[in-house]
Amino acid sequence: MRQGEISLAGLLALFSLYLMWKSTELPIGYIRGQGPGGGFWPFWLSLGMLLSCAAIAWNWWRGTSPAAQSNEPIMDDFGWRTVIFVGGGIVGFVALINVVSMYGAIAIFLVYYLHFLGRHSWWLTLTIATVLPIALFFFFEAAMLISMPQGMPFTQPFFDVMYDIIY
Amino acid sequence: MEVLTFLTDGVLLALAPTNLFLILIGVTVGLFIGAMPGLGSVNGVAILLPITFLVPPASAIIFLAAIYYGAMYGGAISSVTLGIPGASTAVATTFDGRPLALKGRASLALVTAAIASFIGGTVANIFFTLFAPLLAFLALSFGPPEIFALMLLAFATFVGLGGDDIPKTIFSICFGLVLATVGFDTISGEPRLVLFDIPGFLRGIGFIVLAIGVYGIGEMLWTIEQTRGEITTTNPKMTVRGMASDTKEAIRDGWKGTWIGSFIGFFVGILPAAGATPGSLMSYGVAKMVSRRSEEFGQGSVDGVAAPEAANNSASTGSMLPMLTLGIPGSPTTAILLGGMVIWGLTPGPRLFVDESEFVWGLIGSFYISNLAALLINLAFIPLFIWMLRMPFTILAPLIFVLSIVGGFAAARSMHDIWLIVIFGIAAFFMRKFDYPLAPAVLAIVLGPIAEPTLRQSLLLSSGDPMIFLTRPIAGPITVIAVILILLPAIKLLRKGRRPSEA
Repeated sequence: MRQGEISLAGLLALFSLYLMWKSTELPIGYIRGQGPGGGFWPFWLSLGMLLSCAAIAWNWWRGTSPAAQSNEPIMDDFGWRTVIFVGGGIVGFVALINVVSMYGAIAIFLVYYLHFLGRHSWWLTLTIATVLPIALFFFFEAAMLISMPQGMPFTQPFFDVMYDIIY
Repeated sequence: MEVLTFLTDGVLLALAPTNLFLILIGVTVGLFIGAMPGLGSVNGVAILLPITFLVPPASAIIFLAAIYYGAMYGGAISSVTLGIPGASTAVATTFDGRPLALKGRASLALVTAAIASFIGGTVANIFFTLFAPLLAFLALSFGPPEIFALMLLAFATFVGLGGDDIPKTIFSICFGLVLATVGFDTISGEPRLVLFDIPGFLRGIGFIVLAIGVYGIGEMLWTIEQTRGEITTTNPKMTVRGMASDTKEAIRDGWKGTWIGSFIGFFVGILPAAGATPGSLMSYGVAKMVSRRSEEFGQGSVDGVAAPEAANNSASTGSMLPMLTLGIPGSPTTAILLGGMVIWGLTPGPRLFVDESEFVWGLIGSFYISNLAALLINLAFIPLFIWMLRMPFTILAPLIFVLSIVGGFAAARSMHDIWLIVIFGIAAFFMRKFDYPLAPAVLAIVLGPIAEPTLRQSLLLSSGDPMIFLTRPIAGPITVIAVILILLPAIKLLRKGRRPSEA
């Protein structure tokens, strides 16, 4: 944890510097007749972020924050595995949206999570993975008039059938 | 007495069968739209606006106001049951509503939210009825320096929200404010902070993207990792007797927060450009500051649910005030309502109360009826929302992830924003591991778009002299209080740091 605390502070300090540099693309000072320039507010706030990172590093050096006093690892094997399987599942879900449509990606993610991570029965898994995307389709496309991504052309027959039901 | 006669006529108009039916439908629809992460009152009102052309203007606005009310009640539901604030107005409800749900007290949190919302709405209705025109002109005396001072006060309360690690809290506030500046500079119109030159950032970063990332993904990952996926606390029981006892507890432990929220919410709500979100955040901060049990805030305090919920309902009524009396909308939803009124042939402004008194008093009467209807409908649906929490966590968790992604897309309609949600979620998980408070970042991204233009306009007014915030009669005292509040935790920390060395 101790090493992680200072590494994260360093990373955030670098990001703050990047934001300060990026803010200077617009004027950061006072322009007569126009007031503060467009970069003024983000520049000084980014500097605030950088100074906060310096204070975090100072606290780390003095060992006053709980993370700075801990020699425990950030996570054990189980923790890493859980985060990778769940976090990876979410990344996969989002990556699939442009391929199999939002509703298709929801169904696949639910099968992955409910059956393979949650160890629920196929019956329960398939029921939820079928009913929820269809219910969301009617809620968003029919009731809220919000179109979700439809993925690649091969999903069109499904959408044609569903739109026939709505209209 | 004249006001009472007008009000009675207004209530009778709202109770006409068609209007009453529209209120009941509007509140129910609003409740469910508000409960959906990513959708808020603004979506409900915007989508159903065309339908209102089928009925007379008074019935139309009564219907839309009922949706607005219902959605305000509904925002608390996703904050408590899913841990994701459905709308910016319900962010502060998550801080204590979610911990209560994790302790198996979701029913208490939802009942508290419903009762506090009802009282907040009622207090606001009474203020609205008695002082509408007067308060509208008072609100006009708030110029950019006063609004910025108010924002500063809201940020000052965040410092208290972040716990003991002041540098991490300040980092979080600054980070949220910087994210709010991404996109275009609203004053010069030039692109600004287009990160890594990715064109998607030209659209800016919406509040909902950060909120869903932090709460829907990051917080859920953290919960799964901490509990090893075995949540045992979300097993609430729901009985009539239990609900009655929750009601008693909500009134006993949440009265202070409710009153604070009702008053602060209304007065912040009537300020043009402020709205319900700063009102609910400031109420939470003030309720925490004045509480004798402030350490319970963030752990599942009843007052911590009551204050923001009373405030967001109170403010939503308050934000109608500048819209009706001055024609200035206080929130995106009231802006759409204003558009509707113009289409119906009504001209909002000081003459509205004289020229269209039946319409105005019918609307005010409907506020009372909608508020009562929202309370009863909300209480009736609580068992359904509680039932959701009784699902095994391995079913609830993927449902929350799905609702986060689908709700995030519905709000932003862009895959770029969905990827940002995932990135924010994973970053939030690691920052949470190192005790970075993320609530202040979420709050800052909401208030940033109000704070920056008012700061720049104020400095333009004063030719760059920051003393404008101290010399104006309303802005001055607010700024001084804000500065004291910002410095207080730092002074406390310094004293705490010195004590061991003195000993």
